[in-house]
Amino acid sequence: MSTERVVSLKNIWFRGSVGAVIAIAAIAGLIGFVWVPSAQSDTAFRGIWDAICRAAGVPESRRATQEPAAAAVRPSDVIVTPQMMIQRDSDSAGRGATLAMQCTICHGAAGPGAADSPDLAGQHDVAIYKQLRDFKSGHRASAVMAALVQNLSDQDMRDLSAYYADLPRTSSQGAASGGQQAIPLIVQNGAPMRNIAACESCHGESDNKMGSPRLDGEPVAYVRAQLLAFATGARRNDIHAQMRNVARQMTPEEIDASARYFSSR
Amino acid sequence: MFHSNRLVLAHFWVASIAFLIAAVLGEWQMYVRSPLHAWISNPELYYRSVTAHGAAMAYVFPTLIAMGFGYAITELALKQPLIGLRWAWIGFALVVLGTVTAMVPVSMGLASVLYTFYPPMIANPFYYIGIVLVVVGSWIWVAQMSINLHAWKKGHPGEPIPLAMFANVAGAYLWAWTSVGAAIEILCQILPVALGFKSTIDAGLARVFFSWTLHAIVYFWLIPAYIAFYSLVPRAIGGRLYSDTMGRIAFILFLVFSMPIGIHHLFQDPQVGWGIKFLHTVFTGIVSVPTLLTVFTICASVEIAGRLRGGKGPFGWIAALPWKNPMMLAVAFSFVMLGFGGAGGLINMSYQLDFAVHNTQWITGHFHLIFGGAIVIMYFAIAYDLWPHLTGKALSDVRLIRIQLWLWFVGMIVMTFPWHYVGILGMPRRMAYFDYSHPAISPEALSVTITFFGGLLLVASAILFIIILLRGHIGNRISVPMFQFSVPVHPPTRLPAALNSFALWITLMIALSIVNYGYPIAQLITLKQSSVPAIPISVQR
Repeated sequence: MSTERVVSLKNIWFRGSVGAVIAIAAIAGLIGFVWVPSAQSDTAFRGIWDAICRAAGVPESRRATQEPAAAAVRPSDVIVTPQMMIQRDSDSAGRGATLAMQCTICHGAAGPGAADSPDLAGQHDVAIYKQLRDFKSGHRASAVMAALVQNLSDQDMRDLSAYYADLPRTSSQGAASGGQQAIPLIVQNGAPMRNIAACESCHGESDNKMGSPRLDGEPVAYVRAQLLAFATGARRNDIHAQMRNVARQMTPEEIDASARYFSSR
Repeated sequence: MFHSNRLVLAHFWVASIAFLIAAVLGEWQMYVRSPLHAWISNPELYYRSVTAHGAAMAYVFPTLIAMGFGYAITELALKQPLIGLRWAWIGFALVVLGTVTAMVPVSMGLASVLYTFYPPMIANPFYYIGIVLVVVGSWIWVAQMSINLHAWKKGHPGEPIPLAMFANVAGAYLWAWTSVGAAIEILCQILPVALGFKSTIDAGLARVFFSWTLHAIVYFWLIPAYIAFYSLVPRAIGGRLYSDTMGRIAFILFLVFSMPIGIHHLFQDPQVGWGIKFLHTVFTGIVSVPTLLTVFTICASVEIAGRLRGGKGPFGWIAALPWKNPMMLAVAFSFVMLGFGGAGGLINMSYQLDFAVHNTQWITGHFHLIFGGAIVIMYFAIAYDLWPHLTGKALSDVRLIRIQLWLWFVGMIVMTFPWHYVGILGMPRRMAYFDYSHPAISPEALSVTITFFGGLLLVASAILFIIILLRGHIGNRISVPMFQFSVPVHPPTRLPAALNSFALWITLMIALSIVNYGYPIAQLITLKQSSVPAIPISVQR
């Protein structure tokens, strides 16, 4: 053994094993990268090099025309990222408080009152900011809000979001009207067979997904109206149609139960 | 009695304890997701348990068995004291430390990302650091195996390396190379995010790196079982090994082919081209060759035993086999499970057929049958075979051992066959609960209930295994005969250098890895805008 060299063309084990591995790889490569692509009927065969590139997974250069053209087909102009709200400075909430003077009739610091407009105290800043932007760009329709946001700058919207996010949460309607309800199945577990994730997975007490609002204590009428608007497609500023897909699949009873539950929490 | 028996015992004991805890967790998971239990109110608890079960069963248990068995083989086959005993203890300590470091965040719910990591989910950094420590501990073992073999070769120039040691070192080299993929993933991609230096991660690239490790790790788990097939079974049942050369070729084929095939785990992943996937399909097909060679060789070796015991005719030798011998029972069960699991595996590796079963309970059934069944039952057999040599005391209760093996075999079949079935019905894996009252899911309810009872048998068997090993420590001290490995029909006197060294095969392994993984990795590294925001997994955000 000590005199026999393994790595040498004279050694039959070397010739055999290396040759066999190369042959297998070459044949598999020819089948996978040349023969199969050329035999496929669903895509036009545009030469061997093109076939090899497609089989290897070389990304085709993205053409500008492939981008969604009109802003109207997009649900929102806002790109939600974990870093989007970090540019806030220490005066942000203070400026927001001043700006919020014009909001207090509906979104007062003492709670939503009888107007059934959402309570913003303690709401996530990302959620408020995204909705303000969507109202301004027209992705979310509201006769009232559209006029009010028209003169807000981007910084104004950030300041308002920071202010409301910093406010302590007001006591929920449920606490006033006799305590929290039992959690409905749709909120806790969703309905996997209808492709509905648990409401809690995005609107949970401790678990929140970026961009989704906190629903605890919001008016029943507001939550129900939004779910119905998503279900009919009247509201369409949810990224990737997340809420429309969920709400369309919900029964009226589930919409009612979840609205009542969140409101009571 | 050999020098490093306490070292080997320590490895087997920690492995067995991790195994028992993980088995109980697995059964709990089957219970809460079965129709026997109401929907679990907090799915996070389920994924926490799956993470602990997976990490203990996939990383800790087989790594410690392979390491412990490897140290035993080094001394018993090379007939020389282990070089670097102190380093071996350091490696063991690292594995134990890593296990504890990883399991603390897992049990606190800070790392419910499963043992396969799944970026962009990001767990507490200590989970990953713990796993890195386990792997570093096992790398010390790899170095030890290599050093001990080279020392032996110096003293025995030209002599054939004993088959058990040859296979053991092949397994060590295989592990060294295949663990590099997950190591790169953790050190270069995940840890910077987990430690807060980055907030985005290229999940597609991470999955490619993990697939580098994910398939060959299975062969690393499998090699101790195959070593037992070749070097323990024929001796234990009174036969001869049919071919020593065939064994070497099988282990060489594992070394060369088991690594560059992992992309068959990514058949449904869009970031890898389908030509690459086809290439991996072909090589996955080839890696079934060493298993077929092994089944042939071991069946032939068992037939020799049957005929030596007076069996006649085409099938008479089967009846003449020592069926009361635990090793005989273990190898028979192992082959049955290997047969069914292997057949299922051929479906998974077929690019087209995989579409039907991808990410269903079929896959869970498949790897439990192959690893939990065919391989782990041989781990039991290895432990039983080594135990008297480690403790100096007899394992006298053979009947209990037989019950334990039977329970494991029956439990594994009862658990995994219905899993395969519900997988074909479309039941997804990794789900915390199912709505069995739904008409589309209700046909799965009975099968899922049956798997729970299969799992009960497995837990009973796992507890028995621990009891048998414990009782092995309190028996009467005996004078243990010298440990012997199987004797081949034709013991090798001179071998071609290629079958007695590793350089060529390691070169082929690395070259083939570069051919099969080079392009996808290079492309994903250079592709811009392929990272996504990381999602921290914890109870509180």
